[in-house]
Amino acid sequence: MAVWCPDWPVTAARLSADLSVDAELPTAVITANRVIACSHAARVAGVRRGLRRREAQARCPNLAVFPRDELAEARTFEPVVLALESVAPAVEVTRPGLAAIGVRGPTRYFGSETGVLHALSRAVADLATSTTDVLIGIADGAFAAELAARRGLVIPHGGSPQFLADLPVNTLDPSGNSPLIGLLRRLGLRTLGAFAELPARDVLARFGPEGAWAHRQAGGRDDRPVAARRPPVEFTATLDLEPPVDRVDTVAFSARSLAERFIGDLAGHGLACTCLELQAQSENGEETVRRWRHAGVLGPVDVLDRIRWQLEGWLGGTARPTGGVARLRLVPIETVPTGAHQQALWGGSGAEDERAHRALARVQTLLGHGSVLVPVVQGGRGPGQRTRLTPWGDDPEPIRPPDQPWPGRIPAPVPTVLIDPPRPIQVLDDDGRPVRVTDRGAVPMPPAQFGFEDGSTTIAITSWAGPWPVDERWWDPASARHVARFQLVDVQGRAYLVSCEMGAGNGPRWQLEACYD
Amino acid sequence: MAVRRLDGSTAVDLTRRVAPALPIHPALSPLLPDGIRRGSTVSVSGSVSLLLALISTASAEGAWCALVGLPTISAEAAAEYGLDLQRLAIVPQPGASWTTAVGALLDAVDIVALRPPARAVPGDVRRLAARARNRDAVLMPYQPGTAVNGETWPAADVRLSAQGGRWTGIGAGHGRLRQRRLTVTAAGRGSAARSRSSTLWLPAAGGGVGTYEPVAPVLDLTARAG
Repeated sequence: MAVWCPDWPVTAARLSADLSVDAELPTAVITANRVIACSHAARVAGVRRGLRRREAQARCPNLAVFPRDELAEARTFEPVVLALESVAPAVEVTRPGLAAIGVRGPTRYFGSETGVLHALSRAVADLATSTTDVLIGIADGAFAAELAARRGLVIPHGGSPQFLADLPVNTLDPSGNSPLIGLLRRLGLRTLGAFAELPARDVLARFGPEGAWAHRQAGGRDDRPVAARRPPVEFTATLDLEPPVDRVDTVAFSARSLAERFIGDLAGHGLACTCLELQAQSENGEETVRRWRHAGVLGPVDVLDRIRWQLEGWLGGTARPTGGVARLRLVPIETVPTGAHQQALWGGSGAEDERAHRALARVQTLLGHGSVLVPVVQGGRGPGQRTRLTPWGDDPEPIRPPDQPWPGRIPAPVPTVLIDPPRPIQVLDDDGRPVRVTDRGAVPMPPAQFGFEDGSTTIAITSWAGPWPVDERWWDPASARHVARFQLVDVQGRAYLVSCEMGAGNGPRWQLEACYD
Repeated sequence: MAVRRLDGSTAVDLTRRVAPALPIHPALSPLLPDGIRRGSTVSVSGSVSLLLALISTASAEGAWCALVGLPTISAEAAAEYGLDLQRLAIVPQPGASWTTAVGALLDAVDIVALRPPARAVPGDVRRLAARARNRDAVLMPYQPGTAVNGETWPAADVRLSAQGGRWTGIGAGHGRLRQRRLTVTAAGRGSAARSRSSTLWLPAAGGGVGTYEPVAPVLDLTARAG
């Protein structure tokens, strides 16, 4: 049985933004400029998943747009899961917005499947979040149940293969990123039924464990995974936090090694985890236990995300514990064999790298988050814009692509030392008057000396070059910059990169941006 | 235990495990013919470019580097000298516990460059040098000024100092900075006791480091003929 809340990102964004607006306002949630979820009203207006933001706004001008917040999604889903747990134990959360429940036990308790459905809908209707739509479906296997829930169907026992057979094969991965789907289509397997008819052994041999898992899903057989087994207990990973911690990011930081150990232990035995149980205990003995299922194979980052989600819901929810988190336990519930030790195959991390990572993490715990930085080159015109420093552990992604041409940037060699933030200076000509750059980019009087604003030191200039004007982001008054850059060399042979703000009303404003040290 | 020559000098010292030296750029090899010996302390003064050029080849060949307490280094310049940014960590403000941080880094990182505080306690200096020696790491104290200001890191095995940069390519209002001629002097203890000096392009045209090859002096042949 699956319980599906449609457009959960939209609902979560509404709830966390505390929108008092009615549900009729078209709403969309975007990541990386693409719509990933939209409300019913928006869908009626023509907004679809995968549209660019501009295009979505063009189709529906009064569209309210929110960025995606996965933590908020998990947090707001927590009450729904609590309501489900009041009816049936062992709720498996596939992702925020979708949960699966084993229906056999509750059916016996309530007498019939209809009884369970009534009990569930009553429990969910009691929720304060009345904006939440909930769809329930029953079928054999979690995947078939999810699809049944999307259509609000109850599939009789044994009917799942027929129900799945006519669905297109890309139902297996709606995001469309999976290479498997494209491959299956090119092979002429357009429906799940056609894929499910293939012999399981051949599928495993050709497509590997992920393909075998998709094959079982397509056949509606994923309730009894063939290769899954209850692993021996030594794969359970436990982390004791001393002293107890009540902040999610601190726990997540400490749990990084736990997640890596957990996945590494399993990988060492040729196993990968598809479903795990996460148990957290507070110092006063309260517990939260939740199962997290993943469509593919869980990696350390996925495990860490789920730890973060669950704790966010627990520590920020209504059933908040009275003390900090004292213990975390990861229990593998379902595992599949992997072909190889993935980390060594793809990560390329040798023992050296592992040691260095540990040392940097240790320094970061010693000095605080943000004390250890990782540099990355990014796009931009000024030297300061081209360097980005991200805290150790965060993803060092450039904000602007560095391989674009960026006309107007200073050619190589680039200055080695950045002055951050740039220091205001005074550049003077031979007679001690401020050097100015005209609107046409000419320098009437050449610079002869410069000094800092306080007038303490004056440095004589022997050679100089410039001006190189750059007129950046002129369409946006908030971030527009119109500067002319100069290179200056002093008598001791040191070189500097300075910039002069152009178009400023009250005299030229000079800044020291970088040194060629 | 050691293998000795007839005159009693040590040929091979077996008591210490000798790790292979870290590679350096060919243009720098006149200064450090044996590369950067692991476990040693190499102090650098006068130029950040010199520091980056010194660690670039080792970084590109897989060594981890950390810069502690240095001014903000441009990532682009580091990449231009050939450092692998994926194996570079920057600790801009180590604060009062800089010895602990540097000590922890020396455990696992191959090259730790640091800007020591103005008054480093001699005990800390000795302890860090010993830690580097034990862990086969390289400690690189960096001084922004020239070494004339006084020796702030007395325990260095090799001291590299840069003097007298001369930029070419730039004039009075025309051209641009293209390359810099820089004289680097290496002095120190042991095999580096005899001071060596070399003139380099640092940075060379287009970035990086290059060997400076002086043009032969112009001879006035007409004067000799006459």
